Amino acid sequence: MPPAPGGVTPKLELRGVNLRYFSPAGETEALFDISLSIGPGEFVGIIGQSGCGKSTLLSLISGILKPTDGAVLVDGRPVTRPGRAVGYMLQQDFLFEWRTILENAILGAEIQKADIAAARERAAQLLAKYGLAAFLDHRPRELSGGMRQRVALARTLCTNPDVVLLDEPFSALDSQTRLALADEVYDILRRENKTVVLVTHDIAEAVSMSDRVIVLSRRPGRVKSEHPIRFSAPGGVRPAPFEARSAPEFNAYFNRLWRELEVHVEG
Amino acid sequence: MSKAEPAAPGEFSRPYRDYLKRERRSRLAVRGSQAGLLVVFLILWEVLPRAHIVNPLFTSYPSALIPTFIELLKEGPQQRSILAHTASTVFATVVGFTLAMALGTLIAAALWYWRMLYRILDPYLVVANAMPKTAFVPIFYIWLGATLSIYGMSLAISLFITILIIYNGFQEIDPNKIKLAQTFGASRAQIFSKVIFPGSFPTLFAALKVNVGLSLVGVVVGELQSASIGLGYLIQYGSQVFKLNIVMTAISILAIVSVVLYAMIYLLEAAVTRRR
Repeated sequence: MPPAPGGVTPKLELRGVNLRYFSPAGETEALFDISLSIGPGEFVGIIGQSGCGKSTLLSLISGILKPTDGAVLVDGRPVTRPGRAVGYMLQQDFLFEWRTILENAILGAEIQKADIAAARERAAQLLAKYGLAAFLDHRPRELSGGMRQRVALARTLCTNPDVVLLDEPFSALDSQTRLALADEVYDILRRENKTVVLVTHDIAEAVSMSDRVIVLSRRPGRVKSEHPIRFSAPGGVRPAPFEARSAPEFNAYFNRLWRELEVHVEG
Repeated sequence: MSKAEPAAPGEFSRPYRDYLKRERRSRLAVRGSQAGLLVVFLILWEVLPRAHIVNPLFTSYPSALIPTFIELLKEGPQQRSILAHTASTVFATVVGFTLAMALGTLIAAALWYWRMLYRILDPYLVVANAMPKTAFVPIFYIWLGATLSIYGMSLAISLFITILIIYNGFQEIDPNKIKLAQTFGASRAQIFSKVIFPGSFPTLFAALKVNVGLSLVGVVVGELQSASIGLGYLIQYGSQVFKLNIVMTAISILAIVSVVLYAMIYLLEAAVTRRR
């Protein structure tokens, strides 16, 4: 295995992972020979065309799916089932309409049979930090899309995972909200020093947020190329995603990834 | 020539007031028509037999039912007031749909938990639901005796459809909500208790509404065969001695009972939905 960037022990590792789906109609090869190594605190973007197995990859890392061959390791230990170390934020918030905002945010703690009082406290703190202090006892339907997605983030972080998986977390939002929330989420995850895997089909989103972008090929998905992303930022501080979009290096990265993706419009 | 003017603060604009007026008017029109239909029905029922356009012996008429009702209040067949007969039927119905809901939910949960079980039992459930359960009335009487056969019939008529409705409701829960619970490592039992069951409240009420009507049908059918008390028994007795007034009074009370039961469920649902 190649050592993770910086030479530290990888937080997250995939070793020769294959995944095949079986159905009566036949066998589908979804992912082929994926090997990845992601260091602690690293922010990795994964892009690829729809149907290339990006989301499947996250399900594998989280332990919801088991690889047909190969292994997924977190902190050097194989992942066999979903655990506390990995938090997974889905494409939409999927808040439960029968629960209040606070009750939604502590769902993970409830399922993991954690200390509920502590979880309520932490969830309330997180929600307050995201500007939702006044909405703890509200129902999801009373919140806007951006607010709901913040609740989903609080729900993911309430169990305090080290690794956070983001599956196109902004795709259901309008474009202004998307840009603003990307900055916010980025800031929160960086500040808490989470290891993040972001799956998206939005090249600009991946470039603006990630330390490294991995391009997956069409099905069966395999690692086509890896691209470290560096911005020459004043003071060595990486610019926030929105700022990064106007950084001088941005367009070069964008164009290179665009060519890598081989986007063809059908028809 | 109306000109749109900005509404004064704290006051509805004129177009909005017009809109509200139209809304209220159409609501009143619906309610008025509903009441009107009932009144027309009662008038026809009263007038046609009295004018001997239909034979009053066969249909009776509303004003004749009131004296019958008062008479039955004091003492009806089997030395019991009609209130006791009504109470017996209502009680059996409540027992019937409560049992059907509890058992139906339990069985649907088991079918959801063990998918294999559902796959095995599916055709039998569908056939059991389609069976004319009333064919079993005489057999239930032999198997279960006079009283239990009534509960049995009520349950038989309402249980299978309840299982199918609730199970289908469980199936319709967004799979992404299940996936979300799985990301936290939820077991199948936890998925049920945190996602499937609380997410199925609308379905449970839909099942309950169907259930109440069917349980009442089951009870009355059971009573027709075997009871010595209850509105079904009154109908049976009244037709045997050719006192159509008794039959029609019992049927009218049945109509009122079903309206009341339905209204209670409606209110319960509204209360639960408000709380959630």
